[in-house]
Amino acid sequence: MKKSENTGQPDSIQYSLSDNEGGLLLSLSGRLDTENAGAFLREIKEGLKGTQARSVTVDLSGLTYLDDYGVMVLTEIRDMLVNRDAFSIINANERISNFLSIMAFDSTGMPGIRKKKWINPFESLGGETIKVMDDFRFMLAFLGEVSLALFNVLRHPGSLRVGDTVHFMQRAGVEALPIVALINFLLGLIIAFMSSIQLRQFGADIYVASLVALAMAYELSPVMTCILVAGRSGSSFASEIGTMKVSEEIDALFTMGFNPVRFLVVPRVLASLIVVPVLTLFADIFAILGGLFVGVFILDLTTTAYIGQTFRSLTLFYLFWGVMKSCVFAVVIAWVGCLRGFQVRGGADSVGKATTSAVVTGIFMIIILDSVFAIIHIYWL
Amino acid sequence: MEKGDPIIKVENLVAGYGDTVILEHISFNVYPGEIFVILGGSGCGKSTLLKHLIGLIKPLSGVITIDGEIVTEEDEESFKRIIRKIGVLYQSSALLGSMTLGENIALPIKEYSGLDPESVERIVRMKLKLVGLEGFENHLPSEISGGMKKRAGLARAIALNPAILMFDEPSAGLDPVTSAGLDELILDLNKNSGTTMVIVTHELSSIFTIADRIIMLDRKTKGIIAEGDPRYLRDHSPDPYVKEFFNPVKEKRG
Ligand SMILES: Nc1ncnc2c1ncn2[C@@H]1O[C@H](COP(=O)(O)OP(=O)(O)O)[C@@H](O)[C@H]1O
Ligand SMILES: [Mg+2]
Repeated sequence: MKKSENTGQPDSIQYSLSDNEGGLLLSLSGRLDTENAGAFLREIKEGLKGTQARSVTVDLSGLTYLDDYGVMVLTEIRDMLVNRDAFSIINANERISNFLSIMAFDSTGMPGIRKKKWINPFESLGGETIKVMDDFRFMLAFLGEVSLALFNVLRHPGSLRVGDTVHFMQRAGVEALPIVALINFLLGLIIAFMSSIQLRQFGADIYVASLVALAMAYELSPVMTCILVAGRSGSSFASEIGTMKVSEEIDALFTMGFNPVRFLVVPRVLASLIVVPVLTLFADIFAILGGLFVGVFILDLTTTAYIGQTFRSLTLFYLFWGVMKSCVFAVVIAWVGCLRGFQVRGGADSVGKATTSAVVTGIFMIIILDSVFAIIHIYWL
Repeated sequence: MEKGDPIIKVENLVAGYGDTVILEHISFNVYPGEIFVILGGSGCGKSTLLKHLIGLIKPLSGVITIDGEIVTEEDEESFKRIIRKIGVLYQSSALLGSMTLGENIALPIKEYSGLDPESVERIVRMKLKLVGLEGFENHLPSEISGGMKKRAGLARAIALNPAILMFDEPSAGLDPVTSAGLDELILDLNKNSGTTMVIVTHELSSIFTIADRIIMLDRKTKGIIAEGDPRYLRDHSPDPYVKEFFNPVKEKRG
């Protein structure tokens, strides 16, 4: 019955500006509503900027409909004036003047919204087992969606949620550094120690340096680092998104017209893609330090000799092959984490299962892909 | 009862998930400006029906049209046009937990209106004021009560002044006074801006205060067992289940 008042044509506001006893007279006619308020506001601000008006009178005699977006426009025009009392409204019809008083037009002073800080969105946990066939179909469909979303960001870089991306870089990268460094240092130490027992018998102590550098940079540090990232970040991606799913937040994003994949997955995937290779390089350094520790204190090698041997055997190709693998693993970990989150159905308990599954699937995929890389390297390169 | 063309038209809908059919042979119309209430026992598929109306779930068969456009149309443009006309208040309020109330409400406004940040803030403040949450724009959803969350969810649902508002059990988990306040808000919105309302509820008192027309769903028959004016149905429905639904206390004492 009153439907047309709410949907309306977007182009139906007309205005004219004229001089009025030293001030400006702005006459409006048609509808001023949600559809056209933004465009009209920009236009009228441009129009008023040059004029240095001391007072503005708005004539609403031709205006048939006004909603709260329209009230906002009037408020903005009023607040452009130095002196608010120089603003007046005339000839509003009864409906509109009633509406203006309901909206308390005279008291809508607006302080700014404080920028709030990020809170850690680990909220609740839960889950339900996922059926295998559907799971696979869903995985493929999801892979397609994520690829499309990433492609879309490449085409429109402005649409990237930069704040979220930086936040996830901090959580997946900076906060993971201590544990990644420690684990890889110890791993380098262990490999050096174990291999030295054998190599010593042949007087080949110095080759411990080569072994540690190659084994770590080529194979172990990308894999170890990514397993750690899968455990820390893959799981938290799954639980965050799963929780949002349970509390209908993802449905809400959808009904507001956002693409949940673009909104939630792209920042996470990009953030891992950026920080994981860097973590891997750090891991390489700490592993070599671990080997150096054994070389100097147990095998009585000199630091110079150890480092020299390391650089002789570690070619750039091996280093970058490892880093390249870690990039692929990073995307897979983030993708699996988000996938498991989106697969959550039902109550809070299914989030827990999604989290577990994100870690298990993530590690499994890392190992499978690592084997694929080994085969590629041996047979095709 | 006829009020021109229906704004929501459901024809022969079969609703469900995958292979499970929850509702079948569902047909009804909602007319512009009316308050339309969907009733039924727990688990009979009220939320499911609502999700089909929004287009979150595709019907197993049947057609849903909103303002002349088919809801499940693949075409992204027409989908966006439809979505833009609907505001939804979810059962759990569905505020994004990591954002303040102000940011939650600003989200759709920023996306669709093309206003600059200062204007968006003004609208956010007006919407919060409208639902009685003035000054709460910097609170997180976890810092406010259930009733306030509902109001904030409502403010977000009406952020873009949609032609249709849908509510999933707006009074669930609220005390009678708060829930009556929410009903009043719904009536005001309907009166002032002519917004069409589709409301899922069991709250008898709100049904008689706000509903223009109701349909009642039933789990056993998977269909609509009653349709019309709630006051008339209460007194004249021949169906024993409908009677019991409207007169639960009387039945027990009698
Ligand atoms: N995502 C889902 N997948 C499968 N079945 C569902 C799902 N959501 C709800 N159901 C089932 O649909 C039926 C109706 O649920 P619902 O529409 O939520 O009922 P209510 O009327 O209480 O809102 C219930 O039996 C429920 O088990
Ligand atoms: Mg429900």
